Amino acid sequence: MDAFWFIAFPYLALALAIGVGIYRYLTSRYTYSSLSSQLLENRKLFWGSVPWHYGITLILLAHLFAGLFPGAAGFILGGRIRLLVLELTGMALAFFALFGLIVLMIRRLPTNSLVRRATSYMDGIVLGFLLLQVATGVSIAIFERWGSLWYLRTAVPWFWSLVKLHPDMSTVATLPGFVKVHFVIGFAIILLFPFTRLVHLVMFPIHYMWRPYQVVIWNRRRGRAAVQPTEIIR
Amino acid sequence: MNVRAQVSMVFHLDKCIGCHTCSLACKNLWTDRPGTEYMWWNNVETKPGTGYPTLYEDQEQYHGGWVLEDGKLRLKLGSRPTELVNISFNPRLPTLDDYYEPFTYRYKDLIDAPPGEDQPVARPVSMITGEEMEIEAGPNWDDDMSGSPVYASNDPNLRKVMNEEERRQFFEIQQLVYFYLPRICNHCLNPSCVAACPTGAIYKRGEDGIVLVSQEKCQGWRMCVSGCPYKKVYFNWNSGKAEKCILCYPRLETGQAPACMHSCVGKIRYLGVLLYDADRIEEAASKPASELVEAQREIILDPFDPEIVRKALHDGVDEKVVEAARKSPTYRYVKLWRLALPLHPEWRTLPMLFYVPPLLPVTASLSQQGRQELATDFFSSLESARLPIRYMASLFTAGDEKTVISVYRKLLAGRVFKRAQTVGDIPMDEALKALDDARLTADEVEDIYHLTSLASFEEMFVIPPMLREVAIEMGVDPHEFQEERGAGFVRVPERGL
Ligand code: HEM
Ligand code: SF4
Ligand code: SF4
Repeated sequence: MDAFWFIAFPYLALALAIGVGIYRYLTSRYTYSSLSSQLLENRKLFWGSVPWHYGITLILLAHLFAGLFPGAAGFILGGRIRLLVLELTGMALAFFALFGLIVLMIRRLPTNSLVRRATSYMDGIVLGFLLLQVATGVSIAIFERWGSLWYLRTAVPWFWSLVKLHPDMSTVATLPGFVKVHFVIGFAIILLFPFTRLVHLVMFPIHYMWRPYQVVIWNRRRGRAAVQPTEIIR
Repeated sequence: MNVRAQVSMVFHLDKCIGCHTCSLACKNLWTDRPGTEYMWWNNVETKPGTGYPTLYEDQEQYHGGWVLEDGKLRLKLGSRPTELVNISFNPRLPTLDDYYEPFTYRYKDLIDAPPGEDQPVARPVSMITGEEMEIEAGPNWDDDMSGSPVYASNDPNLRKVMNEEERRQFFEIQQLVYFYLPRICNHCLNPSCVAACPTGAIYKRGEDGIVLVSQEKCQGWRMCVSGCPYKKVYFNWNSGKAEKCILCYPRLETGQAPACMHSCVGKIRYLGVLLYDADRIEEAASKPASELVEAQREIILDPFDPEIVRKALHDGVDEKVVEAARKSPTYRYVKLWRLALPLHPEWRTLPMLFYVPPLLPVTASLSQQGRQELATDFFSSLESARLPIRYMASLFTAGDEKTVISVYRKLLAGRVFKRAQTVGDIPMDEALKALDDARLTADEVEDIYHLTSLASFEEMFVIPPMLREVAIEMGVDPHEFQEERGAGFVRVPERGL
């Protein structure tokens, strides 16, 4: 059973996320949208979206950093004070995100009829899975101290074994149940990603930092033959 | 110099009767889908008034448009990193309350009600939720000042340029003569909606300058809505995409005037090509506020100048488009006669919709003082209309009263001259003196008179030949073209999950 959840399932989730994600982008790019509902409701969105996004984005980046550079992460966490500070920061961020997520869920309850009109069943599924994930994450932080350290010895080798196509789940097989659940739901969310609004995450428009302010598109350039069809001023 | 063509518009405000036919023509054609109920790509506001969305002119609240900082243009919305940081919650987004919650009535109740003592009523229901609602606002809640100065006195233009006593005086005039301001997207030369879009989904069409949102590329970051100071990009809550006025390009491409213009009851609207120098856009938009109108006129080029025509052809402007630019009514109003002014040039987007300011508030303030004789005492009569003029200056010239006065001088002198000609109760030499003061010739007045009052459909809307399908077939193999461009949506666009 574990072999399915810790070897087959991650591969399945990743393959679908990448495959379906690209397919969706190529065939129905129109559906790629943050599906903002801010026009309909502003106040609760502020208390939900801001803590949620700042919290979850930083936490995800931390997961990613430690996963990619376990050596550097281990070094940073080496000092007692640094470890303590980082653990506490992580926990604070997690609670921050959890608070935001709960507000986002309340915001979509049937009592708010305006937002309700812009809500699909998928929003419920996404928010539900995210809640489970954040809740297990927070419990790990509370009940299985120093997760930032043992993460490096358990989950990270497992990730890398998956990446290297030499799946080895021995480092995670003996962890407590709710920690395992956290891992599995993590991949479940990756699996959900191409089928839901979560695609907005990879569309983060970082290229805004360098794209020219003005965009001019020509239908067909006559006269100046040398100019590219999409000429951009400034 | 880099010559480009722009399909531009002129609205003659003295002729607008505030009938909203334009708004309805547009709504019926483009915004009657779920998610767009609240949008009015064309709306008509009463001025003075708070507009739609409410107080959209207050950029301290909405942060739209550009500002000049150390001689450099900057989005008022913030730098690029600021925008990206604010992306999951846009603090400057107008919400439904700032527009209004769209409603309809349950008319069926009128028929289905059981027999009884009372007259059945059709209850208002929200067009978004379908639930019963109290109507608290509408897109024209302050239409005709709604019988109360509450909305009018909150007009940001008034607060900016007049003290309390002056505002009181102003209202004495305005109780008689508010005027209408129809607005569509200005299809700006320096559009801040384009600049604010993180994805780069909004673009200006090279051939005609129409500004469009690519529905495929738009990812619903809704920054354009805040970026446009005129609030002419709207967010479709159903599709999760931004939408805006498309200047009826499918109509233009088949040689028809945009729906709002075609249907205009007052015949206030003109459409035509302007040639402009795209290399000087930034320069013109970065001038001190009082020089903005002149700078914009400056980069609009003369289609009769052979040198410019040669350069235009070289830069890819079609010969037929240049020809249309020569016949353009907008070229006459904006550049030749210098009568039409951009709305709020201080937002620095170089809007390409121009307004001939209304004479009514000015003449009304004259008659208030018992002075109907425009010709005699021509100058001091304008002098005594200084409150309306200051108001118009804050709308159309970034506060520069000189430019507004010169427009009014021309409008008044033209009237005086025509009156001398047709009614004859003003001595002709007085009228000619007025013309002289306004720097107008009798011939020019005749032309202005003709285009303003007598023009035919073809003179009002000089649409350059776009005939896209035909043009394609003549030049290229349509199959090849389709492969290059695609053929639009191949399936019904559906909201994502
Ligand atoms: C990478 C940077 C991210 C950006 C720029 C971003 C942006 C946005 C935006 C613009 C919205 C729409 C908010 C509105 O209604 O106006 C949104 C909603 C949402 N985002 Fe993100 N997001 C990011 C990362 C994430 C991450 C990492 C997650 C979770 C894994 C996430 C989960 C969600 C969810 C669940 C919603 C829906 C909230 C609701 O309305 O119920 N986002 N995001
Ligand atoms: S008026 Fe139109 S072109 Fe100009 S900034 Fe607004 S939406 Fe863009
Ligand atoms: S249709 Fe013409 S006259 Fe009527 S409100 Fe619109 S612009 Fe004014």
